[in-house]
Amino acid sequence: MLHLILFLIFGSICVAGAVNLLVQRHPISSALSLVVVMASLAVEYLLLGAEFVAAVQVIIYAGAVMVLFVFVIMLLNAGAEERTQGSRVALLLGVPGVLVGGVLVAWVLLRQSGTQPVALGALPGYPKIIGNLIFHDFLLPFEVTSILILIAIMGAVVLAGQPATQSQPGEER
Amino acid sequence: MVPLSYYLVLSGILFACGVIGFLIKRNIITIFMSIELMLNGVNLSFVAFAAHWQRLSGQIFVFFVMVVAAAEAAVGLGIIIAVFRTRETLNVDQVNLLKL
Repeated sequence: MLHLILFLIFGSICVAGAVNLLVQRHPISSALSLVVVMASLAVEYLLLGAEFVAAVQVIIYAGAVMVLFVFVIMLLNAGAEERTQGSRVALLLGVPGVLVGGVLVAWVLLRQSGTQPVALGALPGYPKIIGNLIFHDFLLPFEVTSILILIAIMGAVVLAGQPATQSQPGEER
Repeated sequence: MVPLSYYLVLSGILFACGVIGFLIKRNIITIFMSIELMLNGVNLSFVAFAAHWQRLSGQIFVFFVMVVAAAEAAVGLGIIIAVFRTRETLNVDQVNLLKL
C-alpha cells in the first residue's frame, strides 16, 4: 500500500514536471523542471529496487548532464522562445490523435495486467551485483562505450572549440 | 505492490511528453531536453521490466542508455554552440538551410 502511495505521489510529480517542461517558455525553466522529472524518476527506480540505477540517475543525469544544459543556456544567453503560428490542421488532428492514442495504449496496458505486481525490493540491484554483471557478461559493450565516450569528448572539443582558421587569400591550393 | 502496467503507463506518458515537446518547441535547447525526456521514459520501462522478470540485464541496459545519452548531450551541445556561433539564433525555424 505504501509502495503504491509513493508511486502515485512521485509519478504525479514526474508528469507535472514533464508537462511544465512543455508549458514553460524560457529554456532555464524547462531545464529545472527536467531536473524535477529526473529526481522523481530516481525515487521510482528505488521503489523498483534498482539502487545503483537510482544513484547513477541522480549523479549523471540530474547532476552532470543537466549542469551541461544549464551551462550552455547561460553561455548562449538564451531568452524566451518566440511562438510561431502552427498549422491549424496539425492542431485539429494532433490533439485528438494524441488523446485517442494515449487512452488506447493505457487501456491495453491496464487490461493486460494479469501479470504479477512488482514487489518492493524484489530484485536487489546492488552495485556489487551490477558490477559483476558489467565486468563479466557485458565486458565488451562496456569497453565499446568507453571508446564512444572518447569519441564524444573529441567531437565536443572539435565542435565547440575555436572555429577553423580561414584559408589565406593568397594561399596555393 | 504496484502492477507493472502502472509503470509502463507512466513511462508512456513521459515518452509522449517528450515527443510533443520535440514537435512543438522552437528552441533548439528545449528540443534537446525533450529527447532526454524520451530517453528517461524508456529507462523507466527498462527498469520496470527488469524487476518484473527478475533479470538484472535491464538495469545494465539503463546504464548503457545513460552513457549514450551523456555522449549525445556533449556532442549535441557542441553542435548547438557551433550553430549559434554562425547563425546568432537558437530558433530552429531560422536554421532551415545547410548553407549560410
